[in-house]
Amino acid sequence: MNLNSKMNKVAIIGAAGKMGSGISLLLLNLMSNMKLKKELPSNSSLVLIDISDEALSGLYQYLRTQMVKLAEKNINFLRETYADRSDLVENGEMIDEFISESLSIIRLTTALEAAKNATMVFEAATENMDIKSTILNNLCSLVDTNCFFYTNTSSIPISTLENIATLKGRIMGFHFYNPPSVQKLVEVIKAQNTRAEVNEFALELGKSLKKILVPSNDVAGFIGNGHFIRDGLYAISEVLRLQNEYTIHGAIHMLNRVSQDLMIRPMGIFQLIDYVGIDVFQLILKVMNQSLNENLQSALIDRYLAKEIKGGQFSNGQQKDGFLKYEKGNPVAVYSIDEDRYISLNEDRIFKIVDEKLYPLADGHSPWKNLLTCSTSDRDQKLNTYFKNLWNQNHLGAKLAKNYLLRSESIGKHLVDSKVANNAEDVNAVLVNGFYHLYGPINNLFPKEKN
Amino acid sequence: MGKKFQKNLYLTAGFNTVSLGTGRKEFSPKNPRPNIDQYISDAGKGTLKQLTASASAIDDIVISNFMAGRFVKQGHLGAFASVIDPALEYKPSIRVEGACCSGGLGLMTSIRNVLSGLSDVSLTVGVEVQNTVKALYGADILAGAAYYAGMRKEGHAFFFPGIFDKRAKAYSEKYGAEKTRQALARWYENAILNARKCPEAQEHHNTDPNPYQTGLTTPNAKAFLPNLNVFDCSKVSDGGSSIIVASEEGLNKLGKDKSEAIQIAGYGHVVGNITVTYPDASVLETTRRAVAAAYEMAGIGPDDIGVFECHDCFTITGLLSIEAAGFAEKGKGADFVLANNIRSEGRLPTNTSGGLVGFGHYTGGTGIRQAVDVWKQLTKTAAGTQVNIDPNRPYGLTISMGGDDKSVVAIVYQRAF
Repeated sequence: MNLNSKMNKVAIIGAAGKMGSGISLLLLNLMSNMKLKKELPSNSSLVLIDISDEALSGLYQYLRTQMVKLAEKNINFLRETYADRSDLVENGEMIDEFISESLSIIRLTTALEAAKNATMVFEAATENMDIKSTILNNLCSLVDTNCFFYTNTSSIPISTLENIATLKGRIMGFHFYNPPSVQKLVEVIKAQNTRAEVNEFALELGKSLKKILVPSNDVAGFIGNGHFIRDGLYAISEVLRLQNEYTIHGAIHMLNRVSQDLMIRPMGIFQLIDYVGIDVFQLILKVMNQSLNENLQSALIDRYLAKEIKGGQFSNGQQKDGFLKYEKGNPVAVYSIDEDRYISLNEDRIFKIVDEKLYPLADGHSPWKNLLTCSTSDRDQKLNTYFKNLWNQNHLGAKLAKNYLLRSESIGKHLVDSKVANNAEDVNAVLVNGFYHLYGPINNLFPKEKN
Repeated sequence: MGKKFQKNLYLTAGFNTVSLGTGRKEFSPKNPRPNIDQYISDAGKGTLKQLTASASAIDDIVISNFMAGRFVKQGHLGAFASVIDPALEYKPSIRVEGACCSGGLGLMTSIRNVLSGLSDVSLTVGVEVQNTVKALYGADILAGAAYYAGMRKEGHAFFFPGIFDKRAKAYSEKYGAEKTRQALARWYENAILNARKCPEAQEHHNTDPNPYQTGLTTPNAKAFLPNLNVFDCSKVSDGGSSIIVASEEGLNKLGKDKSEAIQIAGYGHVVGNITVTYPDASVLETTRRAVAAAYEMAGIGPDDIGVFECHDCFTITGLLSIEAAGFAEKGKGADFVLANNIRSEGRLPTNTSGGLVGFGHYTGGTGIRQAVDVWKQLTKTAAGTQVNIDPNRPYGLTISMGGDDKSVVAIVYQRAF
C-alpha cells in the first residue's frame, strides 16, 4: 500500500504530550522527506492537536529544533535532492529551505474539529479509557469511513476502543516506546475486526519510520506492559517482604540495585517506574486489572500517589522525583513512605548495609553500558559466564537476582502461554528493543537447575 | 628570478595564543568564548611584552584574517590595531586576506613594508574565530577559499574535506592504498605526539593511547568521506599569533639582540588559478613552485632544511607537501613519513607543535603561527617542543597555503648573524 494514499491530512491527538510530540516529529520528518522527493500529495497537512496553546507553542519549538538537527544530519541527501535548485548553494541555504517547507506542513490547534476530513489519525491522548473513547467518538463524526485510526495506547485493548467508538475495522494499536523518536520498537496490535489494509498500511508506515515492529495480540498491557507491570509488581512484593529487616527505603534501594547492577539492566526497576511515571504505572495497572483475571494491584503504589509522589518527566526531559530523588539524572535519595520524606543515600547507614548484602558481584560481571557496545556473540558469552557464576553465589543479593530473573522469565513464558505474544522471540524483541535489555527474559543464558 | 633582499630582514618576539576548540578541556560550545578583538589583543600583547621598547616603536601593523566577515560578522580588522596598545592608534594598519594563506600574506606584507623603507618595525598579527558556527555551516564559510560560483554547488557538504579526499584518492590509487593510509596514520600520530608537548595546542590534552592505531581506521564514506577520517582534518579553531618583522635598524630600536631573532633567507610567493582544478590531484604544483622560488632566493635546497612547518590542513596535504618541498620524490613522500623522518627526533622534525592537525588551525593566523614556531626552534626557545637542529642543515622552512593549493607563501629562515 502506498504511503501517500493516506497522507493528505494526518491528525495527531495529544500531539504536545510526551509520546505525542515524538510521534509528531517522526511523522513531520517522514512527510517533509516525502515532500522533498515530491511524493507527498500537494496541500498535505499534519494537524497537531492538543488542549493547551502553551503546550502547542512548546511543541512548535521542539519540532523546529529537532527538524534542524535531522536536516543537518541528512545534509548529503539534501544536497543531492536540491542539485537542480541553482538558488540553493550552501548547506545553510538548503537546510533553511527544507525547514521552511517542513514547517509549512503543520497546523497547530486546540480544536478537535481541525481533524475534519483527516485521512489518518494518530491518537496519543492520556492513557484513560474514557478520554480516549470520547475523543475517538468525536473524531468519528468528523472523518469519512476511509480514515485509518492508530492509537498509541500502551494497555487498553484495541477491540474495546473499536467497539466503544464504532470504528469497526478501521483502528489498530501502534504503540511507540518513549521517546518515540529514539526508541526503535513499535508494538502493533490488531483489533478483532481490523481490516487488512489498515494493518498493511501500519507495516508500511513502520518500515518508513525505520522502526522494528513486533506484533502483539489484543490483550490489555500487550507484551511490553504485560512484562513491565508484572515485573514492577514483583519488585514491590519483594520490597514488602524485606521491609521489616531493611526498612522500606532500604528495601526499595536494594531491589533497584539488584535489578540494575546484578541483572545488568540499563536502569533499576524503581528508576524505570519513576521514568514511566508512578501515575502512569497505576493507570496501566487499572486497565490490566479490569480486563485480566489476575489480582493486579498495588496498595503501595496507591499510597505513594496519595502523597503526590508521581515521578515522570518535566517538559525538558528532566526526571521528576518518585520512588527515588534525582540529581542530574542519578538517584541520590529514596522516599520513605513511613517517614514521609526522602532519605539521602549518604544519610542512613541502612543503604550501606544493603549495598554490602549485594556484594561481591559474581565473576565476569560487566556493567550494562560496557556490554552494550560488544558484538552479540561476545556479549552472550560474557552474560552466560556471569550468570553461571551468579548461580553459584549464595549471598542475599545473588538470591534476589536469581529469583527476579526467574520471575521475569516466567512472566515472559506466561505472555506466550496466554497468547499475548505469538512466541518467545517476540517477547524478547520487545524487552531488548523497547526496554534496552541486553537479553530477553526467555533465554538459554541462565543455568537450568533452579535454586 | 635570482632576486635578493636589499636589506636583511629579521623576525622576533613571536607569540601564539591557545588554539581553542574541540579537544581543549576548557572548551565547550555552550560556554562564552573570547571575541576576535580579544585574540588580536592577546596575540599582539604577547609580542609587545617581549620588547623593552614601547609600542610606539612599531611603524605599521598588518592583521591577517580569512573570514571574520562571516564567522563573526566583522570586517575592517585593520582598525582594531589599537586594542593591542593605545600607542598604535593613528599608525598605518591593514588587513590582508588570502584564505588559509592569509598568515603567509601578512608576513609578506610586513616584509614588503620593511623592504620599502617606510617601516623599520612591522607587527603582523593573524587571527580567526571559527567556533561561532557548527562545522557544517563553517564548511560553507570556508568554501569561500575556492571558486564559490563555479565549484560550491557541486561540492561535498564538507567542501574542503571533499576536495582533499580526492587528493587522497588520487595518491592512494597511484602509489597504493595501504601504504598511503599507514603514512597518513603516522602523520596523525606525529601531530598528536607533538601537540601533547605544546601547552597551547588544541590536542594538548589528547590521551589516545595509540594515535597510530586510530589513524589506521578505515574511512567510512557513509559517516564522512571515502578516503579521509574526521581526524585526518585540521581542527576548527579560535586563536591568534603575532610576530615582528624588522630591519637591522628596527631590531636596534626594539632593543633586540640578533640572538633573539631569525633572519629571512628567501621566500616564494606563488598564486595559481582559483577558477580551475588542476588535473593531477596527487601533486601540489603551486606549493612546489613557491618552495622552489624560496630555495633559489636563499641559495639552498631541501637538504639544507633542518626544521619544517607545512600546511597540513589534512594529513594528505602533509604528505604531498613533503614531495612538493623536495624532501622526497613523487610517490615517495609516504615512505619518507613511514621511515619516521618527520618525528621530533627524526631527520626532518616537522610541525613541531602539532601542525594544523594537532596544534589547530585558526585559518587567518596559521601562517604566522608557523613562523613563530620556526623562530622558537631556531632560537632554541621552543621549551617542551624543542628539537635538535643539525648544524649542517641550519635552515627552517614554512609553507602557508590557501585554498586548494592556490595561494602559497614559502619562507626559508636561518639564525640571525
